[in-house]
Amino acid sequence: MDATRRGFLMAAGGTAANELAQSQEHDHGHQDVPSDPTLRVKALESLLVEKGLVDPAALDALIDTYQHKVGPRNGAQVVARAWVDPVYKKRLLADATNAIAELGYGGRQGEHMVAVENTPQVHNLVVCTLCSCYPWSVLGLPPVWYKSAPYRSRAVIDPRGVLREFGLDLPPETEVRVWDSTAELRYLVLPERPAGTANLSEEQLAALVTRDSMVGVGKVKL
Amino acid sequence: MNGIHDMGGMQGMGPIRYEPNEPVFHAPWEGRSLALNLAAAAWRKWNIDAGRHQIELIAPADYLRMSYYEKWTQRLEDLLVKTGLVTQAEIESGKPAPGSTKATPPLTADKVPSMLRSGGPASRNVPGPSRFKVGQRVRARNINPTGHTRLPRYARGKTGTIHLDHGAYVFPDTNAHFLGEKPQHVYSVRFTAQELWGEQASPRDAVYVDMWDDYLEHA
Repeated sequence: MDATRRGFLMAAGGTAANELAQSQEHDHGHQDVPSDPTLRVKALESLLVEKGLVDPAALDALIDTYQHKVGPRNGAQVVARAWVDPVYKKRLLADATNAIAELGYGGRQGEHMVAVENTPQVHNLVVCTLCSCYPWSVLGLPPVWYKSAPYRSRAVIDPRGVLREFGLDLPPETEVRVWDSTAELRYLVLPERPAGTANLSEEQLAALVTRDSMVGVGKVKL
Repeated sequence: MNGIHDMGGMQGMGPIRYEPNEPVFHAPWEGRSLALNLAAAAWRKWNIDAGRHQIELIAPADYLRMSYYEKWTQRLEDLLVKTGLVTQAEIESGKPAPGSTKATPPLTADKVPSMLRSGGPASRNVPGPSRFKVGQRVRARNINPTGHTRLPRYARGKTGTIHLDHGAYVFPDTNAHFLGEKPQHVYSVRFTAQELWGEQASPRDAVYVDMWDDYLEHA
């Protein structure tokens, strides 16, 4: 770590763990000069292409898929459908994999889905304490915070504290259910439909649904 | 293994750093790393559990220091060398060894949509009834395997209730080490927050952990 960066971190203050988290964040934010990982990955790619182990066009197609085609808009469609169609909602909560497949979503990291419903009495929160398991098929690739040590460590022991950091202060009478994705089941939170949305179309409802609400760290707001 | 990756219940990791409007990739190399991992896995020289375990084998200080896709890059290099697809010398030089033959990639661009659509289901048919029933009290075994396991430390020795029987799935503890799939039932087990964390935890809260049959015993 150079002096400037150390200065940045010290100025930001906090514990060693904070410093660590910030240094990771920092690495993510600034990539205007070729950094070590850029060169390293480039070297690895050219080696694998030269050896005929990977097809560069396949790499482009994979990146394009996760950058442009698969993301939280998929999950938002599922949520909106469940809000407007009680029979669909029932199917979703009973067999999420097949209900989600009805809308055309599934496959990699969404092979085995479970949907859990938020109600005024129950709030669900999804984490993977062991790595970064996340329902790619409906939410896309996970954000950095979901994969970070602070979230993974604390979501199970202090879910209410974690939710407060996301601006969600739950009353003590609400039951918090944390789902640790330790196996191949992937969890989608069905958030509460906000009040005052009775006249909105399914499409308008889907536009309200956020990624965070489907992980359980936020609520859907009008 | 009781590694740094098993983070549930640890403290002192600092605040959660939320990035509004976060991009899918923060730099082009992150996407390339993800894609290289997926494309190289198409050789089927390793499975998803072996891939996860390889990340767990990154030394703890490095694991905490490295970003997500740095870990993915490291994991890929390690797996490529371990399985003989490339040599360490090739990784270091960035060039194929002199005289090495050129392979044909199993994953081409036209196959990407179907590969992602079919995914890699881990469910398996296992005949016979499951050992535990919904509503039954169970205890997570106090075991400390030195290899890959998906039984988090915070749940070991704790008593919970079978909430759901998900059906049978590949067992990561053996599959990660190429010792067979050993398919068995996976249950959603409900642990009260107070059982896991003591009296100061909220009496209303619970953590649901997906657990393979081998992780559980009758309580």
